[in-house]
Amino acid sequence: MSGRSVLFDAPGPVTRRRVLVANVVGGVLVAALVAVVLLRLAEKGQLDAARWSPFLTAGPWTNFLLPGLVETLRAAAIAMVTSGVFGLVFGLGRLSPSRVVRAVCGTVVEFFRAVPVLLMMIFFWLGLAQLDLFAPQDLPLVGVVLGLTLYNGSVVAELVRSGVHSLPKGQREAALAVGLRPGQSLRLVEVPQALIAMLPALASQLVVILKDTALGVIITYPELLDSARRLGSGQGNILQSLVVAAVVFIVINDLLTRLAQWLAGRAGRRTAGTASAEAPALTVTTR
Amino acid sequence: MDEGYLARLGTLLEQYDVPAAFWVNIQLTFWAGLLALALGTVLAVMRISPVASLRALGAGYVTVLRNTPLTIILVFCTLGLWGQLGVTLSSDFTSNFFRLAVLGLAVYHAAFVCEALRSGVNTVPVGQAEAARALGLRFSQSARLVILPQAFRGAVAPLGNVLIALIKNSTVAAVASVAETSGLMRQMIEFRPDVVLGIFLVFALGYVVVVVPVGLATTALSRRLAVAR
Repeated sequence: MSGRSVLFDAPGPVTRRRVLVANVVGGVLVAALVAVVLLRLAEKGQLDAARWSPFLTAGPWTNFLLPGLVETLRAAAIAMVTSGVFGLVFGLGRLSPSRVVRAVCGTVVEFFRAVPVLLMMIFFWLGLAQLDLFAPQDLPLVGVVLGLTLYNGSVVAELVRSGVHSLPKGQREAALAVGLRPGQSLRLVEVPQALIAMLPALASQLVVILKDTALGVIITYPELLDSARRLGSGQGNILQSLVVAAVVFIVINDLLTRLAQWLAGRAGRRTAGTASAEAPALTVTTR
Repeated sequence: MDEGYLARLGTLLEQYDVPAAFWVNIQLTFWAGLLALALGTVLAVMRISPVASLRALGAGYVTVLRNTPLTIILVFCTLGLWGQLGVTLSSDFTSNFFRLAVLGLAVYHAAFVCEALRSGVNTVPVGQAEAARALGLRFSQSARLVILPQAFRGAVAPLGNVLIALIKNSTVAAVASVAETSGLMRQMIEFRPDVVLGIFLVFALGYVVVVVPVGLATTALSRRLAVAR
């Protein structure tokens, strides 16, 4: 898309013919690849109607997939809110005038961005069992939410920081000039604009949160992948169940991505200058 | 922490081979990274090519793979590819699972490599491509000689982020029955729940030690390789 106008001119007749040939060859190759895969699947009986038709009935959905989806969305929704709060607190902490607060918040944020989410989930799931803080049946949910919050909250903290840094200097100078204190300037002038600037990046972080709830299957959280796996092993169509679960994830995530792009188109008009929150150097927003 | 705590943790660390588990993750990262880089480059070239069918295929691949949880892909590799379709990548049981996990990690991260390279292409000024065309280079020549060399240099930082994500995501290979750090950490915590915090810190700091230098190195490299404009 992006490279399109950059990389080649409006094609002449010779190029058009060449592109047409390449298109046909490419199309045939793709079709051949798909055909081979489908043939191999059919050979193994994976395309039999019996393995797919259960998904057209209500049973698998009401008994397995929808309850799993509800759990997935529940964990994702809680984690989105808590990550936002964590990110705002630590993002402001990294902008604090106090060197100690900045250093502590910086260390916390960098630490949780470097540790795999799965390790955190396993730690909280098994570790909190020692403390009697939560009912045992809640521990998988708590583990999933805490793991997601610490990682994604740290990414959000970095977004808050980079959003504030991307604002034109005049915003802070004007706020100080009308007599606001630095803290007030941050709270009333800079952060609200930074939040708007970081909306697109924030929305793509929601996709990361939703995808990573699937890690919950490892710590026995009954989310969508777990229910698809149980459904599939019960009915003998594990491959088909996994495909259906994946399609559900893809559809929801694609909608979230589109939302992110739509927000990116709108956000630019609401801030001073051309503020934007980009993924900072060490941030891994691309999971 | 009293002395007894550290002593108990020390005894536990002698019983389990933690460095060996990290070595498995590093191997997973290495092979999956190589494969993902190759596949991702092909996809990126497809996505910027003048051929519409290849562009659509590349875009479709990225949309599907990027929006599917890695956990599902890895479960699919073991339960689906191996369990249902009988795809075997090695006669040895352990290395079969290892290779299936590498495959799953590679196809997932190839989508992100592709996007990183495309963002690198965006850093190349229009004038470069225009100049290449003005000299009479074809698409393949201008891509190979002018655009991609600069795009790779502009893509070092995002590629570094993909590498860091890959290192951390290699822990998900646990669902593909690969014995690596997250599985070992779980075993150790289940065996000695009294030192759970110490065990977690050992593994977490292990990842900090692996990930932070990679981050610093790619940041330094991207500054050094940045095309002066």
